[in-house]
Amino acid sequence: MSKRITIDPITRIEGHLRIDVDVDGGKVKKAWSSGQMWRGVELILQGRDPRDAWTITQRICGVCTTVHAIASVRAVENALQMEVPLNAQYIRNLIILAHCVHDHIVHFYHLSALDWVDVTQALKADPDKAAALAESLSSWHRNGKQEMRAVKERLAGFVNGGQLGIFTNGYWGHPAMKLPPEVNLLAVAHYLQALEVQRKANKIVSILGSKTPHIQNLAVGGVANPIATDSQSVLTVERLMAIKSHIDELADFVKNVYLVDVAAIGAFYADWTKYGAGITNYLSVPDLPLDTKGTQFALPGGYIEGGDVAKFKPITSFNDDFWGKGVEESVKHSWYDYSTQKPLHPYVGETKPNYTDFQADGKYSWLKSPTFYGKPAQVGPLAHVLAMVAAGHEPTKKYATTALDLVSQLAKTKVGLDALHSTIGRHAARAVRCAVMVDQLGEQWQLLINNIAKGDTKTFNPPVFPKGEAMGVGFHEAPRGTLSHWVVIDDGKIKNYQCVVPSTWNACPRNEKDEAGPYEASLLDNPIADPEKPLEVLRTVHSFDPCIACAIHLTDKENEATISVKVV
Amino acid sequence: MRAVVLGVGNTILADEGVGVRVIEALERDYVMPPEVAVIDAGTSGMEMLEDLSHLDFLLVVDAIAAGRAPGERVRLEGEEVPVFFRRNLSPHGIGLSDVLASLEFLGAAPKEMLILGVQPASLELSTELTPMIAARVPELVAQVVGELTQRGWVPTRKVGAGETAHAR
Repeated sequence: MSKRITIDPITRIEGHLRIDVDVDGGKVKKAWSSGQMWRGVELILQGRDPRDAWTITQRICGVCTTVHAIASVRAVENALQMEVPLNAQYIRNLIILAHCVHDHIVHFYHLSALDWVDVTQALKADPDKAAALAESLSSWHRNGKQEMRAVKERLAGFVNGGQLGIFTNGYWGHPAMKLPPEVNLLAVAHYLQALEVQRKANKIVSILGSKTPHIQNLAVGGVANPIATDSQSVLTVERLMAIKSHIDELADFVKNVYLVDVAAIGAFYADWTKYGAGITNYLSVPDLPLDTKGTQFALPGGYIEGGDVAKFKPITSFNDDFWGKGVEESVKHSWYDYSTQKPLHPYVGETKPNYTDFQADGKYSWLKSPTFYGKPAQVGPLAHVLAMVAAGHEPTKKYATTALDLVSQLAKTKVGLDALHSTIGRHAARAVRCAVMVDQLGEQWQLLINNIAKGDTKTFNPPVFPKGEAMGVGFHEAPRGTLSHWVVIDDGKIKNYQCVVPSTWNACPRNEKDEAGPYEASLLDNPIADPEKPLEVLRTVHSFDPCIACAIHLTDKENEATISVKVV
Repeated sequence: MRAVVLGVGNTILADEGVGVRVIEALERDYVMPPEVAVIDAGTSGMEMLEDLSHLDFLLVVDAIAAGRAPGERVRLEGEEVPVFFRRNLSPHGIGLSDVLASLEFLGAAPKEMLILGVQPASLELSTELTPMIAARVPELVAQVVGELTQRGWVPTRKVGAGETAHAR
């Protein structure tokens, strides 16, 4: 007899996502991922000045503000075939990187670690042993006995005061929780330290972007940061040096804490390398442009079909046709209607809502279902890391090896790259990517300094809109994966605009051929110890770092997840 | 002593953006004392941690679904504040409630919190407020100024600010 579990909404994510799974014999047999929010920003943009689109798209989501801004200016620049000054590329790259490092740290420690870490068990830990363990793994300066004792004391005060607060949604004491008390305590200590460290990344964004969370310095054609090494109001040497000191602190934490914690926690949950692979067609795009035309990138990207890195096909420029012609979206299982019964390319994409209620065999999500050459594709740090490894990107290979070697050492068994095709592997890949990104922060900073030192202070090329129609796509390898904005401009006004966002790729419903999307496929065969407490479902879904707050509704229910279990 | 006036909301969902519109009006029409920061938070979450640490006073301006008549103003303080976040009266309370819980755990929570808002009339897709809610913006601005003044932070009205505000 199978049971249908409905989790609505999934907590600790941005946005409103509903997951349904059929469980039989203690395993997931069928799964549905349903975006419960309607996103209509595309309609708001029609008829507007393309130069304003980025300020509106960055309001789509409170987490992904900068990424939508970046993709939007790139789309318009691509339509106009513009060149972007080097300084502007570097400044944008720094914003992209700082945002990404922030996002990866927060996702792991504050949004998903609680799926693996039992906070209440940390109270049983011996802080001195926790310190000894931590010091054996890393040279991080805040792993000492004093620190661990203080954290345990603070946690005890918090729990005993009945103020579990942020931790109230955890499944404490769940049989699938397997960390020793000391590792739980260590994770809580780093949870707190991560809260402090993530601010450094945010400061970089605010120095360069003028403000956070909504940056103000972008422009179609470049950035609005005047560069003058001798003026107070602009990007000065002093501000650039402040950025550098934040970068150094972030690098220390990411390499000596985040990467190590993921490897250590991963070693205790080695069984989770067997679950959650799902769709192994991986899509990513290159990012961090190093030239004005967007033909050279610091980080490679591309497509890997069927999990075989030998079949990697690179995407090489903003104008790459292999990329631009491969994307389509189906609405067969989505609450939209198209004027035709087939998937549409985003340039001719349509946004006509048709809500039908949840129909497991029909329409059941506000997300469309994107495909790459007709196939579902997984996006995100795992896809990007695999592509970078396939492309021979040395820093990625180095950090992937570091992480996997540490897991192998702790788990006392050889764990290779194949283990990454899994729920826990997505966390490992995100940490590896974060280490690559934090190094790039330093490199892009140096490139900017060197370019300014050459006397180049140019940051902006003014856009010129032709009569008639122009089409462009802006892509960006965002923290959650490949993001693309597609714009059709007619006589200088937006005629059509479509956003194909990372969580649409991953959280999408079944496609035109009724094939499951990545969330749905990855949930199959996950063990479920207790249908009333489906922690395992959360583990796999959270591993993708869901963010579907493309718009929000006041009709959201109370801030408590409801879980219903029915016999079907 | 440090205070923050935080406008939250989504400016592409009509009245949902009222908190942000109040912030824009405050920035346009007033000079704040140096201890007071006025921030458009949009729908963000953890990015706000730094700005909201160790505050003496946090004033949140937002659209509030309190089951009142559209356009009715709402003021929540004391014990009603945690309820506001817990029951998610604010559609984007998830992000902000996480920030406040984190601040509590870090021992950096605001000493005093106050929430001012208005029951929205429309949450349809639009970058404009409905006329009914737009009319509440100057009242909310005055209310924010009053609350700050009462606590010893006196905002200064910019010369000629009034006409532009009412003409909008």
